[in-house]
Amino acid sequence: MQIIKDKQITDDAWLTITDDAELKAGDISVSLARWKKDKQLLLGHNGKIGVRIGPADSVEDIAADLDHIQLIELDFPDFADGRSFSHAWLLRGRYHYRGEIRATGHYMPDQVFYLSRVGVNAFKPEKDEHLPVIINHLNDFTVTYQPSIN
Amino acid sequence: MYQYNDTDQTLVNERAAQFKRQTEQFLKGEISEDQFRALRLRNGLYIQTHAPMLRIAVPYGLLNSKQIRKLAYIARQYDKNYCHFTTRQNVQFNWPKLEEVPDILAELASVQMHAIQTSGNCMRNTTSDHLAGVCIDEIEDPRPYCEIIRQWTTLHPEFDYLPRKFKIAVSGALHDRAATQFHDIGVHLVKNDAGETGFRILVGGGLGRTPIIGQVIKPYLEKKHLLSYLEAILRIYNLFGRRDNKYKARIKILVKESGLEKFSELVEREWHLIRDNLELSADRIDAMKAQFTPPAYEPDADRDTGFTTHQLENPAFATWVKYNTAAHKIAGYRAAFLSLKAPDSPPGDMTDTQLDAVADLADQYSFGEIRSTHRQNLIFADVKQADLFALWQQLDALKLATPNIGTVTDMICCPGLDFCSLANAGSIGVAKEINEALDDMDYIHDIGDLKINMSGCMNGCAHQSVGHIGILGVDKKGTEWYQLTLGGSSENQAAIGERLGPAVAKDQVTNAITTILDVYVKQRLADESFLDMVNRVGIMPFKQQVYKGQVYADN
Repeated sequence: MQIIKDKQITDDAWLTITDDAELKAGDISVSLARWKKDKQLLLGHNGKIGVRIGPADSVEDIAADLDHIQLIELDFPDFADGRSFSHAWLLRGRYHYRGEIRATGHYMPDQVFYLSRVGVNAFKPEKDEHLPVIINHLNDFTVTYQPSIN
Repeated sequence: MYQYNDTDQTLVNERAAQFKRQTEQFLKGEISEDQFRALRLRNGLYIQTHAPMLRIAVPYGLLNSKQIRKLAYIARQYDKNYCHFTTRQNVQFNWPKLEEVPDILAELASVQMHAIQTSGNCMRNTTSDHLAGVCIDEIEDPRPYCEIIRQWTTLHPEFDYLPRKFKIAVSGALHDRAATQFHDIGVHLVKNDAGETGFRILVGGGLGRTPIIGQVIKPYLEKKHLLSYLEAILRIYNLFGRRDNKYKARIKILVKESGLEKFSELVEREWHLIRDNLELSADRIDAMKAQFTPPAYEPDADRDTGFTTHQLENPAFATWVKYNTAAHKIAGYRAAFLSLKAPDSPPGDMTDTQLDAVADLADQYSFGEIRSTHRQNLIFADVKQADLFALWQQLDALKLATPNIGTVTDMICCPGLDFCSLANAGSIGVAKEINEALDDMDYIHDIGDLKINMSGCMNGCAHQSVGHIGILGVDKKGTEWYQLTLGGSSENQAAIGERLGPAVAKDQVTNAITTILDVYVKQRLADESFLDMVNRVGIMPFKQQVYKGQVYADN
């Protein structure tokens, strides 16, 4: 499937591994709970590792592991839950994470300007037709009032 | 008054364009109802009982005559020739058409106004003392800090989807006229032992369903740390505020449930990690102060003698001066209130004709500036005493000179069941009935300082829980009933009103109020205000009379 990464539409080959599924070859993303449970196994995985963070998760829990993680997915079960905005800020601003931070789930295309400002650099669209919409909305404002990550 | 630079103007223009596009997408079915709700609320647009309601931001209550004329134009062109001033110093239009709202926002942007973040679960309009910069008890003018906070809160990328709405108030005076103890964050300018000016920060205050008085979280904060400290509080709230129950989602519940000590530990820890990167420079503060320099006051304005003569010759003018003007830090000047509480008009409402006339008067008498107050009146902050008589005559002709500021008929009142989809009970009609019963101005002046606040539902938009007399409309099996509280105050000695007893029926509210006033008049000590008497004797003497032989609802 396609996603937006660094303002470009790109192909995405990451595999989402649910908590009860076996690990697969290739680049895989797992939940934070799975990461904590199978960390040793995952550290030896042949491929990149991504971790999914929900709004109720604490990013502090993976702060020490960030060197081993190439993708963090911030999952939005509900666009109104704004905790992921602070999670992105903390990952970039406090823990200096340099890998990909990707918004997934039910965020609104109208939120991507804010998301990009707090450090999210990739967007998995809820619907394919959102791909160009998201790219457009990344430019909703040319001015800002306060510092953030971007 | 703050003037937009290119960045400010670009931001409101781009916001208006964004909302135009969002509205078009919604009308074409490309954005869901649920999503559009979140987007329109952040642009002040509610869907109400009869029509959408648009709430426009008036940052810390400051307006110029050009903006007032634009409001008049919008009232004429897009509404039914009136607007409503709210307890957050904002303006509401009750009859705009959804598809015309983007045009209204574009009109507003053309005069440096907007409706950004006037509703929704985000940081709202920053409010302040309506006498900022002119009052005689000021430590420092709070408006430059209000504007710094306004800019910081506007389109803040991290804190636009908070657990619940978030309100900040700033006061720079000894007397708290901004109800800072009832805000999510209250900011007070204070002096420390070394004589330096900084901020005392309060957190977790609020009205609504669970009124709570804010607590001091930082007794003294250096000015340079203002934004980093706010950011620390907001980040902790965004991460840990409850999202499972909207009635427990305000920061006051987080502070209460974690305890102030634990909450401030979290904030302190966060603040220490960010404060060095977010310092407010002295240059930035000075540049902002330069936006609020005093107008060109006439040096010998106090030499005028006509002001005194007119008061001696005209008792009605003298009464208006006594109740509707306030002392000014410059000799020969006073601040003049425009009462939006005329007996036959809904509290806080103004017509387009009044707005246009007020804009002209502001240009003539008060350097073109107008302020809104959290008690839903307007102020000309800088009127020469020599001009007051002429101003009074013209305000009187506009029905804006009812000499009732701070008295029992200067009620705060929400739109209630007549306009608001949240309301359980009417409020404007009840206010009208109370006004009709209290038609004797001498009696009203004899009662003196008494604040009645009336809300049509538990959300408490009219701050009933801090009214000296609070009236709360409730629905009991489809009938409107009213709970009364006594002894509330949002000023320095902040207090939440105590419930008088069971709710009274709609047709008994006025009777209950006049009974309470009679008890006060009969039992007060010399020079004792209503609030002082309630604090001295408690609610019993009032309760006994109000409920004497009366039928009331079961609770």
